Amino acid sequence: MKRSRINAINNLVTYGIVIAAYVLCQVLAANGGLSRSLKGQLVPICVYVVMAVSLNLVVGISGELSLGHAGFMSVGAFAGVTAAAWLMTAFSLENEVARLILSMVFGGVVAGVVGVLIGIPVLRLRGDYLAIVTLAFGEIIRNLINCSYINIDVGGALYFGFNKAPQLGQAVLAGPKGTVGVDKIATFTMGFALVLFTLFVILNLVNSRAGRAIMATRDSRIAAESVGINITKYKMMAFVISAALAGMAGALYGLNYSNIVASKFKFDTSILVLVFVVLGGIGNIRGSVIAAALLTILPEMLRAFDDYRMLVYAIVLILVMLATNSVFLAVRMQRVKAWLRRVTGRATKEGEAV
Amino acid sequence: MSQPKKHQSTTRMVPVPSQSIVPERDLDKRPVLETRHLGIEFGGLKAVEDFNIIIGKTEIAGLIGPNGAGKTTVFNLLTKVYPPTSGVVILDGKDTAGMNAAQANRLGIARTFQNIRLFGNMTVEENVRIGLHNRIRYGAATGVFRLPGYWKQEKKQHEKALELLSIFDMQDLANARAGSLPYGAQRRLEIVRALATDPKLLLLDEPAAGMNPHETEELMENIIKIRDRFQIAVLLIEHDMSLVMGICEGICVLDYGRIIAKGTAEEIQANPRVIEAYLGKQRGAAQ
Repeated sequence: MKRSRINAINNLVTYGIVIAAYVLCQVLAANGGLSRSLKGQLVPICVYVVMAVSLNLVVGISGELSLGHAGFMSVGAFAGVTAAAWLMTAFSLENEVARLILSMVFGGVVAGVVGVLIGIPVLRLRGDYLAIVTLAFGEIIRNLINCSYINIDVGGALYFGFNKAPQLGQAVLAGPKGTVGVDKIATFTMGFALVLFTLFVILNLVNSRAGRAIMATRDSRIAAESVGINITKYKMMAFVISAALAGMAGALYGLNYSNIVASKFKFDTSILVLVFVVLGGIGNIRGSVIAAALLTILPEMLRAFDDYRMLVYAIVLILVMLATNSVFLAVRMQRVKAWLRRVTGRATKEGEAV
Repeated sequence: MSQPKKHQSTTRMVPVPSQSIVPERDLDKRPVLETRHLGIEFGGLKAVEDFNIIIGKTEIAGLIGPNGAGKTTVFNLLTKVYPPTSGVVILDGKDTAGMNAAQANRLGIARTFQNIRLFGNMTVEENVRIGLHNRIRYGAATGVFRLPGYWKQEKKQHEKALELLSIFDMQDLANARAGSLPYGAQRRLEIVRALATDPKLLLLDEPAAGMNPHETEELMENIIKIRDRFQIAVLLIEHDMSLVMGICEGICVLDYGRIIAKGTAEEIQANPRVIEAYLGKQRGAAQ
């Protein structure tokens, strides 16, 4: 079978899994099958899936280790929250879906612009150095937002203060106290739509001219240059698309809580998302989706363990890592796959005969 | 040094400035490559020095020399992997000063690598499509949102890739993983990928390395075929003298980073400095 066909089928399976999970959650929610705490996790799951998939574009597809992904998420979150409040006061845009979409787009654009600004110095570096500098930029963003104040007055004018609150207007962002009086307009359905959009963008990108150029740059810088690929352009493209998607996820996240603070998006969050990517398989988009969803729910599932919750979480992580790298299991998986292929192969042959 | 008669070059060579020679048929055409006093130093070590060469528009030229003579360094200078510390590289009449490797490729220079650098986890066809990057293009947004241009250009890329692969009869391998190909096929795929960029000058770094005599014979025919079909120049580094003497019209010998001889195959074989560089001084001759 042609590789492009196999890719297309693989992508359809990924979309299918996401749609099936969404339908399942909606049915369970309608029948009261979801606990309160799990219901509260639905939007964050979507957010972390988008975060993991977008980080995979940088780490897996473009091959650069970025440790500052939460920084872009926070830029998107605070830009999105501000946009939502502004759209409400300036245009009295009551339609929540339209307001949410516009806020997410704005969050994505701002994060994308920040991605360009950070990408210019960072993408000159390689390997460990790049990782360390992205980490630093993530922390810089967090600290800057931590002392930023944004007010909006009734006319829709924006006031910005650094290290002190502006005198005029109503506070939207109050420095270390975080966002104030956010309309919680984020919905699970919009989260699901964002996941589909992210998958659409990244899976289509990978199977296109630009995607091949990005992967060529990852596999061999010298060879990619020798065939005339502009390395900087494609590294930047992957970095900025990833940042913009993280910004959109951040906006959704910010609009899901009445209050979020900048310190929520610290280094730990970047590492958490990186764990999703590594566990799901570097470069494996579907793996990122599944790992992000499961590992976001896992702490909730482990509530029974009470104080030992995070300890058990860590042990589960280690066990999963061991299992996915186990030769013993890999050999058995191969056998199952071969058996499946034989069974389905026979099925299609019979189908042709008929 | 065995020389298959079949490929013995019969081109008449005429001298041109800078002590280089080009095939007579290329004499009134602009040379595809000219270097003047090209050199590079690595921390005081002069790896290549005063390298002057002219390659005709459709010439098959050879660059030979003992191990460590600086042949691959010359390739890296010509393709702008290294910026030269002195001298100029003029590609098809344009000075390449300040360019990077990608820009040089867009000007018309393509290469293969001594240690194969394929995109091993991608398919054979994808490797060629990456070579077609600047030739059959569409924007990233067209790709992401699957606009009509995407389907049209992807189809074009597919057809062109298969057409190029058919030069080496590799079209049936289009969906194989490039890294899983046998060594010889990987070398051929690298040539196809380089050709996909539509070069005016093709640099081949030891194209016959690891090939058996039969494969080498085929490769020689294919290099000539490529030159005739695309009307391009070829500069190759090779240790297999049957190949070099068989198909190269002009040969340049490098030793310790300097050119020690230029000429046709017969002239090179008779040149005492070349024999000395390869085999060392005869004990009796020094006295």
